[in-house]
Amino acid sequence: MSAEPEMLSQPFELGFTYTRSTGPIVGRFLTELRDRKIVGIKGTDGRVIVPAVEYDPVSAEALGEFIDVGQTGVVKTWCWVKEPRHHHLIKKPFAWALIQLEGADTPMLHMVDAGDEANMTTGMAVKVRWADEPRGHITDIACFEPVSGGE
Amino acid sequence: MSEEREMITGMEAPIYLQYNFTAGSASTRFLAQIKQGKIVGQRCPCCKNVYVPPRGSCAACGVATTEEVTVKDKATVQSFTIVYIPIPNNPIKPPYIIANLVADGANNSFIHLMSECVNEEVHIGQRVKAVWKPEQEWDYAMDNIKYWAPIDEPDVPVDQIGKTIGGQ
Repeated sequence: MSAEPEMLSQPFELGFTYTRSTGPIVGRFLTELRDRKIVGIKGTDGRVIVPAVEYDPVSAEALGEFIDVGQTGVVKTWCWVKEPRHHHLIKKPFAWALIQLEGADTPMLHMVDAGDEANMTTGMAVKVRWADEPRGHITDIACFEPVSGGE
Repeated sequence: MSEEREMITGMEAPIYLQYNFTAGSASTRFLAQIKQGKIVGQRCPCCKNVYVPPRGSCAACGVATTEEVTVKDKATVQSFTIVYIPIPNNPIKPPYIIANLVADGANNSFIHLMSECVNEEVHIGQRVKAVWKPEQEWDYAMDNIKYWAPIDEPDVPVDQIGKTIGGQ
C-alpha cells in the first residue's frame, strides 16, 4: 500500500458551450463583418453608434438605420498588455483600446497590434486588419494596426 | 454556394473555467480511504452527526470534526432526479437517475448515480447498495463506485432518512 498523500490537488475544467443569439441588429453587424464591412447604427440624437446596438443608450428607442463606417479610426484610450494570457488572441504584447472609427461617434473595444508599447499613443490613427477567413464574428477584425510606422 | 449567404443569427461564445482543485485535508483523507474501498466520514463532537463526505467541520455547530467513522456501502434515497437531457462530454446516456443518497450511519447526503433500476419506480426512501468498480481501478475518486443499485429491503420512512444519530 502506498503512502497517503498530504493533500490532493488536480486540474479541473468547467465548460459552458454557449451559442448566443445575436438578434437582428447585432446579427446584421456580424454579417457585415463577414463581408469585411463595419456598420454602426444611427441613434435618436443622430450619433452613429458602433458596434450597432438594438436600443438607443439614451432614449431607449429601438434603432434600425444602419450606417457604414470607415476601416480606419483613432485610439481614444488604451491599455498595454505586457504578458498575453492563454486566451488572448494575440500571442505577443498588444493593447486593448477604445477605437473610434471614421464616421462613428462612439469608440469600440478591440485590440491594437503595435509591436511595442512605445508605438502606442492616445489619438494615434489605426486601421483594421481583417482575419483571413471571416465568419461573422467580432474576431473577423483580427485586430487594428497603426496606420503608419508601427512595427 | 450562392453569393447571398445567410444572415448571422448566432455566435459561439463558450466559456471554459480552468482551475486547480485542492481537496483540503478532510476530502483528501476521505478520497484516500475511498481508494481503499472504504467510505469514511467524520463525526461532529457536539451534535454527533456523521458527515459523508466530510468537510472537516460541522456546519451546524461550527466546530472541527476529527473523529473518523466508517460507514457501510448501503444507503437510502433522500431525493432523486431523472436526467433526460444529454450533457456535452458526459458518457452516460440519458435517461438516468442522479440521487442524493444518505449512507447507513451518516446524517447527510452525497450525490451519486443510480442504475440497475426501473427509473419510473425509483422513490424516496428506497434502499440501495454500492456497485464498485474492480479493485485494480480504484483511485482517489467517488466513481470507484460505478453506481448504486436497489436492494430488496423495506423503505426508510421519509422523516427518518438520515436522522439516526450515532450510527446504524
